[in-house]
Amino acid sequence: MSQLFSKENKEAFFGPLGANNPVAVQVLGICSALAVTAQVEPAIVMGLSVTVIVAMANVIISLLRKTVPNRIRIIVQLVVVAALVTIVSQILKAFAYDVSVQLSVYIGLIITNCILMGRLEAFAMQNGPWESFLDGIGNGLGYAWVLVAVAFFRELFGSGTLFGIQIVPQALYDLGYINCGIMLTPVAALVLVGCIIWVMKIREEKAAKK
Amino acid sequence: MAFIKNILDQMKPTFSEGGKLSAFGSLFDAAETFFYVPNETSKAYGAHIHDAIDSKRGIFFVIIAMIPAILFGMYNIGLQHDLALGQDTGLVMQFLYGLGVLLPKIIVSYAVGLGIEVAIAQFKKEEVHEGFFVTGMLIPMIVPVNCPLWIMAIATAFAVIFAKEIFGGTGMNIFNPALVTRAFLFFAYPSMMSGDKVWVNGSYMDSIGGPSADAVTAATPLGQLGAGEAVTYSPMDTIIGTIPGSIGETSFIAILIGAVILIWAGIASWKIIVSTFVGGALLAAVCTPEVAGFEWWMHLTVGGFAFGAVFMATDPVTACRTENGKYIYGFIIGALAIIIRQFNPGYPEGMMMAILMGNLLAPLIDYCFVQSNINKRMNRAK
Repeated sequence: MSQLFSKENKEAFFGPLGANNPVAVQVLGICSALAVTAQVEPAIVMGLSVTVIVAMANVIISLLRKTVPNRIRIIVQLVVVAALVTIVSQILKAFAYDVSVQLSVYIGLIITNCILMGRLEAFAMQNGPWESFLDGIGNGLGYAWVLVAVAFFRELFGSGTLFGIQIVPQALYDLGYINCGIMLTPVAALVLVGCIIWVMKIREEKAAKK
Repeated sequence: MAFIKNILDQMKPTFSEGGKLSAFGSLFDAAETFFYVPNETSKAYGAHIHDAIDSKRGIFFVIIAMIPAILFGMYNIGLQHDLALGQDTGLVMQFLYGLGVLLPKIIVSYAVGLGIEVAIAQFKKEEVHEGFFVTGMLIPMIVPVNCPLWIMAIATAFAVIFAKEIFGGTGMNIFNPALVTRAFLFFAYPSMMSGDKVWVNGSYMDSIGGPSADAVTAATPLGQLGAGEAVTYSPMDTIIGTIPGSIGETSFIAILIGAVILIWAGIASWKIIVSTFVGGALLAAVCTPEVAGFEWWMHLTVGGFAFGAVFMATDPVTACRTENGKYIYGFIIGALAIIIRQFNPGYPEGMMMAILMGNLLAPLIDYCFVQSNINKRMNRAK
């Protein structure tokens, strides 16, 4: 049991949440982070979808890593990812149709998400299934929390709602408050992602000084 | 004036490193250099050009040059207010009304912008840079009279942080911070920056952003042009400036006086101003359609064209620095402004976008001219 949660494994899981975050530090997966974060709900669904797909793909590839010929490994990775994405996309269409309409092409585009290929190439090809699973979950959640944080501010200030529920009271609108229209555009998402990177850099520098 | 010097000298130890109030050291430094030229000059090494005025004095000339536009803006606020309500309170009252509307805007813009600058300067242990003195004055000039104060405060904070400080502060920014403020306002709160309800002040509450039901509808000349309607303002009105529009931009004459002061003081480049007008005039002459009441040259006198050309395109930080590049930089801005006005139905006013685009292209233009000069000299050396 202690082997399952060794120091390396903990690092594989917690690293991507903070100091090695795929979005804020490695600057991967920015395109979807800008596209799906206008509201919190699709951001959460997108984050969870990516988490599930990265984890599963990591496990499958790490099981196959010794049998796959090196020259066709990218093709194999893509086939695995594409299959998983199709499954997730179908499940979403069946059980969460509204959100899947909102996410439109971006679920399908997970296939080309840099985080996936990056983890498969960099981690799953060298490590066993359990470590790869932890790494996948960690990276997926690292991606998800950035998405949700961006979406939180965008929805709150752009539409005055959270999860579609009105948060900013009508009384404030009567006083002359107006929703910030720029928050609904991807421009604001880029600025917010930049702010998250900024904060993480400061924390990193402080940690390095200690 | 000697007593100010005495007070400052007495206070200096308190604010210096180790003093009681060293946390406000940058604020003190700003006040001191505001009143007196700093007594340290650059050392006698390197290829620096010594000049009697530092950038604080230079920036003061820009404020002085803006005074005619500011004063006329105040008068025009009162005038448009009276016209909308169908009354005539006389010149003095109109001016005082405008003063009352404009002053809160100026205070908010300076308080927010300087507050952030001082905080950051103190945090980074640098002195406060003076760039915001002009920016803080430009921001109230380029917003509509009914732009609420809290929205202006947010936009100013955004511009100071994201257009200036993260690039390294005064002198390092790519885009003109005042225009970034306006661009932010334009995209974040379009209902407060465009349309026909923001240009004329119906009641005083409108101008500070309180709840108001009696917004006054009045289209700017460019709004009418953009909607394809007949322009109801006479050419003379657009030159004198008694038309609805952003606060400082309406009077062509006041801006022209400012331009003369700036060029005389050597602050602004006449090359940029002239080439902007040439570029604008050329495109306006070619592509202005037949609209009742609108001559092609009125493109240069309405909207923010003149104000942008004189006060914003010439910003020495964001403009081209090569002498020949300035012609091209100005021409691009002037031409683009008219192209956006004429061919993009979404934006009746194009000067803001045009100058931001010019800012973006300025380093490239500079690079081309510097490289061609280097190549020329290299060929000569062969």
